[in-house]
Amino acid sequence: MKIIETIADELGFVRTISRLAHEILERNKTLENVVLIGIRTRGEYIARRLAAYLEEVESVTVPLGVLDVTMYRDDVRGHLKQPLPHKTEIPFDISGKTVILVDDVLYTGRTARAALDALTDLGRPACVQLAILVDRGHRQVPIRADFTGKNVTTLEHEEIHVLVKEIDERDAILLVETPEPQQPGKD
Amino acid sequence: MALSIRHLLGLENVPREDIQLILDTTPSFLEVINRPIKKVPTLQGTTIVNLFFESSTRTRVSFELAERRLSADVVNFAASTSSVNKGETLLDTARNIEAMKVDMVVMRHSVPGAPHFLSRMCTSAFINAGDGAHEHPTQALLDMYSIRQKTGALEGLNVCIIGDIAHSRVARSNIFGLKTMGASVAVCGPPSLLPHDVESLGVRVFTNLDEALSFSDVINVLRIQLERKAGAAFPSLREYRETFGITGKRLERLPNPPLVLHPGPLNREVEISSDVADGPASIILEQVTNGVAVRMAVLYLLGTRKESDS
Repeated sequence: MKIIETIADELGFVRTISRLAHEILERNKTLENVVLIGIRTRGEYIARRLAAYLEEVESVTVPLGVLDVTMYRDDVRGHLKQPLPHKTEIPFDISGKTVILVDDVLYTGRTARAALDALTDLGRPACVQLAILVDRGHRQVPIRADFTGKNVTTLEHEEIHVLVKEIDERDAILLVETPEPQQPGKD
Repeated sequence: MALSIRHLLGLENVPREDIQLILDTTPSFLEVINRPIKKVPTLQGTTIVNLFFESSTRTRVSFELAERRLSADVVNFAASTSSVNKGETLLDTARNIEAMKVDMVVMRHSVPGAPHFLSRMCTSAFINAGDGAHEHPTQALLDMYSIRQKTGALEGLNVCIIGDIAHSRVARSNIFGLKTMGASVAVCGPPSLLPHDVESLGVRVFTNLDEALSFSDVINVLRIQLERKAGAAFPSLREYRETFGITGKRLERLPNPPLVLHPGPLNREVEISSDVADGPASIILEQVTNGVAVRMAVLYLLGTRKESDS
């Protein structure tokens, strides 16, 4: 794995989170009805950071859930490696809520599509918004983010790696070169 | 990380990593079946045949629910209504079904090794849902999952299987699986219901129930299979109950009463009394719920497995 560029270091990472949080605040005048749902794996940690930031600046505790979309992927059998499903942990009813789906990278859009299907099985939100730390383009389905931390122009053979302290030891956003062409549907 | 096995025919010789993976994948599916909408699209387009040459209600229903909750297409085949009655061979039946382009076969047969044989002759992934007195791997997996859910781990646990060991595929699969996972396994029953080569299974053998109970953290109480003439192996049901029946009175005497499992259906007041079956130490109904989730995990892991995974 060759790092082409560091898109954000620790400070840049924190700033990107706060930009996302402020975009969310601008669009949703009140957080009363808002819930955050992070898409496993890294989306969960981005959602946690957003919740912590919103708590700090607005003194509001936003309910937080984690969604695993493995069972809803359209490429479970197309992957080179078998993806393992993990638990969805959403300890509240999403019906009637403003659900903000959170993920680290928006690429083909297939994960977000799968997440929308998964949400449909869990309830009927009043509305769903998509918050993304990094949008790298190359969409394969008509999906767009409502809130974007950073837009990064990438080539197909490049990848965006989002690192989070909780599991990667540090916070960073990296543009890296992949050793082999990426599998379709991997994002 | 993916299963090293292509079929689930038994737990004998299945590596620890595979059992671990199935048990670790189960909670994700348990979460799904506890939702209001208990269905995910994961196996859409996968066709599964339930090929039951021996009657079964609960195992077949459990498999069928697991299949449908993964959105697989399900075909049920019962021997009593099929051309098996017209003299077709087992292999011909299987090949004909396979020619209709199915992806997986869940199979129960009264002859030990029947699914092993077909899995070598066909291209579908096979899951053994019971072959004679040989193996019933998904039952053992759901037993192990249910135990682990309560105790946190299988390693180092003392588990005793009580009752008709000789006729029991559940006992054999449990012994293989539990030993692989590091549990210490014992069996207990009248000598006439123990297999003659019981020591070769690597288990402790008790013929005294109270000794077995004081050894055990967990007991798995097997059904007396009256339809398999197990009744001929002891003088009377009453005597069996007196000597090997699990009753509240018996468990009360123990400083640490064991967790109680039973694969069902229950013969109440024969191998187990109602106060135990319905009591706080019993996890019999959890086993049934977990059974669907464990089977979903097995179907997912085998059904989405790639050749490149092994």
